Amino acid sequence: MARTAGRLAGVLHRHPRLRLTLLLTAPLLWLAVLYLGSLTVLFVSAFWTTDSFTSQVVKVWSTDNFHALLTTPVYRQVVVRSVAVALAVTALCAVIAFPLAFYTARVAKPRWRPLLVVAILTPLWASYLVKVYAWRLILSEGGLADWMLGPFGTGGPGFGLPATVLTLTYLWLPYMVLPIHTALAQLPSGLLDASADLGARSWRTFRSVVLPLVLPSVAAGSIFTFSLSLGDYITVQIVGGKTQLIGNLVYANIELNLPMAAALGTVPVVVIVLYLLLMRRTGALSSL
Amino acid sequence: MHLSRPARIALRAAAALGFAVIYVPLLLVLVNSLNPDRSASWPPPGLTPHWWSVAWRNSGAREAVWVSVKAGLGATAIALVLGTLIAFAVARHRFFGRGTLSFVVVLPIALPGIVTGIALNSAFGTVLKPLGVGLGLFTVVVGHATFCIVVVFNNVVARLRRTSGSYEEAAMDLGANTFRAFADVTFPLVRSALLAGGLLAFALSFDEIVVTTFTAGPGVETLPIWIFNNMTRPQQAPVVNVVAAVLVLLSVIPIYVAQRLSADTATGSRV
Repeated sequence: MARTAGRLAGVLHRHPRLRLTLLLTAPLLWLAVLYLGSLTVLFVSAFWTTDSFTSQVVKVWSTDNFHALLTTPVYRQVVVRSVAVALAVTALCAVIAFPLAFYTARVAKPRWRPLLVVAILTPLWASYLVKVYAWRLILSEGGLADWMLGPFGTGGPGFGLPATVLTLTYLWLPYMVLPIHTALAQLPSGLLDASADLGARSWRTFRSVVLPLVLPSVAAGSIFTFSLSLGDYITVQIVGGKTQLIGNLVYANIELNLPMAAALGTVPVVVIVLYLLLMRRTGALSSL
Repeated sequence: MHLSRPARIALRAAAALGFAVIYVPLLLVLVNSLNPDRSASWPPPGLTPHWWSVAWRNSGAREAVWVSVKAGLGATAIALVLGTLIAFAVARHRFFGRGTLSFVVVLPIALPGIVTGIALNSAFGTVLKPLGVGLGLFTVVVGHATFCIVVVFNNVVARLRRTSGSYEEAAMDLGANTFRAFADVTFPLVRSALLAGGLLAFALSFDEIVVTTFTAGPGVETLPIWIFNNMTRPQQAPVVNVVAAVLVLLSVIPIYVAQRLSADTATGSRV
């Protein structure tokens, strides 16, 4: 037994290619065949059509779905709305994350900093659904939002598009805080001192030294906030009222018109890839 | 950076507000689980542990927890094996398409869940259905494992990159064969990364809802699906409140353990 194992070990040692093959066979079967295979079939099926009587998929090549996607006003509205929501969430996250990260990285006492980072990270691990549910509780009629805003003569925003943006911002905020915190923490103090020696005040230093150096990290964080918001359809079902985003359209089409659902599904994928390419020019991908 | 006093105070206030926004919703979930009322109106009319005992006896929630645990364990086991294999291949070998492979591993979590979900759903429909295998727990495990591979891979590959191959070479110079070097040198080096990765994978699977929606057969209800289905039912609201509160309390565990296991991998590895 030990001898065979020893001989096998020798064979493996002398043949790195064999070792590599053994390492990669199972993962490649899983990822390349199962996963990429299903994805490819899905996107090919976007070019098929559906028999409108039987809801059966007809495997005839056509670009009808994409034509419908580009010309139907409802689809266009929803796509624009979804991208706008994703951008709004990203902007809100950046605006909230910056002061927070600035505090945890440069203002707080050094020995508190690791603890503060954990404090930002911990909610990231709370269940996605529970966090959305928390906002449903806050925004529901007579909930915390109504109670807090009542004295000012208004109620909470209720369920709808603003609620969706708010909840998504809450969900993805840590993804924005973390990269900004890291970038700010790594900022050499020498640069800031030099800027001050040259006569720049806080605001000028911030604008001309800190911001340009941290911007790639904001871009890196935005990749998460943007793409996670764009693909989401659960949050909008829970707090969005009647609001429809691209994910809801995909979901609505699955049962009756899978090719259309596939065509709609390509939209977030294409937008995300474009966004990634755009962000790559800012150097965001290397600071991930 | 020298900040003026007002700037410092403003930043402190902004940070305090930020932390409040992060934690108030979670605290609300905890308080609301003690709310005697079925509605979520604030402030609650009182506090009672009553619904905790009701939730404890709720068979639907219990069963859903059990299904989630089974799916999570299955997916984690597969992800541990596949993720580690890829990590070793990428970190210790040079081959054509290495960069592409690292990209493909991330893809299942980078693409919107609904895209992965319907792709797997239609693939299962065309491949498994003719074989007489319907959607069920098995397909959930396959779906979850697909996007869990990346967290194991990230953890293990980060560890392997930090520890050079010279330890293994030294072991072999001393007469250990490939298996012996792995068991005595390599495995102890990556053990904590495996634990952290496995834990994160389990947490990811336990929390997942979108891919689950499309890969779970009828009657297979994971905890997130159960919460989602019962969230809008006023009758079930108190039980949902308690389950949500429990999940908030439990979520502290993985981050704590992962942080302890490997400071270098825990932070970014949800990605």
